[in-house]
Amino acid sequence: MAITLSGDQAIPAPPLSSRLTPAQVWGIVLLAPYLLVFLAFVVYPVCYGLWLARAPSNYVALYNDPIFARAAVNTLIFLVIGINIKMLIALFLSGFFAQQRTWIKWLSVIFILPWAVPSIPTILSVRFMFNPEWGVINHLIFSFTGDDGPNWLNDPTVALTMAIGVHIWKSLPFWTLILITGRLAIPHDLFEAAEVDGASWWQKFRFITWPSMQTLYITCTLLSMIWTLGDFNSVYLLTGGGPADLTHVLATLGIRYLRLDQLSLAMASIVCAMPFVLPLVYFMMKRLSR
Amino acid sequence: MKLPGVSEFSWRDVATEARLLLIGIPVFLWTMIPIYHMFLFAISPKEDAFSGKLWPDHPTLHNFEIVFKQQHYFLRDFYAQFWNSLVIAAAVGVLTLIIATAAAFSISRLKVPGGRTVLNLALFTYFIPAAFLAVPMYRTMGNYGLLNNHWSLILAMVTIASPYAIWVLKQASDKLPVELDEAAVMDGATTLQIFRLVYLPLMMPSLVAIGTYAVLLAWNEYLYAFLLLSNDREITLPVALGNFLAADDSPWELLMTTGFIYALPPAAVYYAFRRYMVGGLTAGAVKS
Repeated sequence: MAITLSGDQAIPAPPLSSRLTPAQVWGIVLLAPYLLVFLAFVVYPVCYGLWLARAPSNYVALYNDPIFARAAVNTLIFLVIGINIKMLIALFLSGFFAQQRTWIKWLSVIFILPWAVPSIPTILSVRFMFNPEWGVINHLIFSFTGDDGPNWLNDPTVALTMAIGVHIWKSLPFWTLILITGRLAIPHDLFEAAEVDGASWWQKFRFITWPSMQTLYITCTLLSMIWTLGDFNSVYLLTGGGPADLTHVLATLGIRYLRLDQLSLAMASIVCAMPFVLPLVYFMMKRLSR
Repeated sequence: MKLPGVSEFSWRDVATEARLLLIGIPVFLWTMIPIYHMFLFAISPKEDAFSGKLWPDHPTLHNFEIVFKQQHYFLRDFYAQFWNSLVIAAAVGVLTLIIATAAAFSISRLKVPGGRTVLNLALFTYFIPAAFLAVPMYRTMGNYGLLNNHWSLILAMVTIASPYAIWVLKQASDKLPVELDEAAVMDGATTLQIFRLVYLPLMMPSLVAIGTYAVLLAWNEYLYAFLLLSNDREITLPVALGNFLAADDSPWELLMTTGFIYALPPAAVYYAFRRYMVGGLTAGAVKS
């Protein structure tokens, strides 16, 4: 080994192609298309965007824009409250769907629908249901109480809550499905042994289900938070950011600046989110590339 | 005389079933109401739809007729837009499969130098929220002169779909035994022959899952389509649906009908490939 090494070093370095085996040359050729896509549509845009957002005045402008502060708070509410509620429901429903019943099997097939159909028509469907004049909800309220129903989407708190509801409606099936796989992976004899010992429902969850699922559950929650940062549709198509731009989240705010031709502000608002996004991304990458 | 053990046991069963139903019924209603509402609008004449009826007095297919005959201002380009959605989704599916399969083969089987780094970069892209990348992407497409061209949306969607595709395909190919490649090399197979004759056939289930994933991702995409395409004849169906909102007196029954037609293909594809999707994607989505 040492001899060959020193022998190699005596010869001037050969050109790249002859140092690589044919398989490695093919490896580079086959990897090249993705690298090109990555350079042209990820590296270049990101660098260009950062360059556009370099001026400190952008951040001063953002700081002075009340819509930005409101959007940041909304995003936090969306992530911290919305996602945790969603994941808790998903955890609960994964237990429900793990029950062996024919009708529950059928229900699970239906339950997947929100995830399987595109979000645009269903979000618009929800939007019309809550239309104050013609929507079915206010028609029902009127026929039961004789009073006009509220103007749902005109109240920022209600509108944001509904946007979170729409988000949960759309993505709950996906996370439930993943948590079901996690639950089904728990060896069944653990539960049988607990049953024999007379463990309660809560004890079985606390000492068997949760310990085997907590890693998966936390990974799912973090992943869902990262993705929800990019959830443009739920807010944009339901409330359009309104009323009075009070229900924007960072995803829609960036696009709002873009539409107003304030690209550097749009980029700056995204840069502001990075201190929160990057640690999450780093954590996820560590976890997934084990 | 009742046997206490038997009757107690069956009562407990009834109670369990009732508790399950108490969860099942709300879950069913929660899932179905927005979809039913869309369907209801599609089969209702305008007066019935706008009067909050839970079932129309005169169910009709007239709305579908209007859509298919393009008989409304908002629907002038329905077929063109449907075709755009279809072509773009197909192109994204094919391109993503080619790019991602080649990359996964290169990283996992050929152990190309730097493959690990490329995989990490791809994973990183996968975790960056798509709405954040949309802003610089829009400007970049403008610089490339691709705005309002279908290629802008196709390339953008390939960029978004590839990382996950590469990652799932890499995981799947790591599971194929190395001995297969070694045996093929012994028999004098070239790298390309291994790729074509050994690798691709064995990867089929994952390729189906990833192809479906990319096609559905592109078909369902709203944000990028809405940013990158604007001409009425160039836009995809979801953008056209969003454009209905531009008018105050939107024909919501037609909007819901078009939405219903638009939602059918992905739902059908999803249910047809459910076996692959659940196995191939959830296993890859989160490693437990």
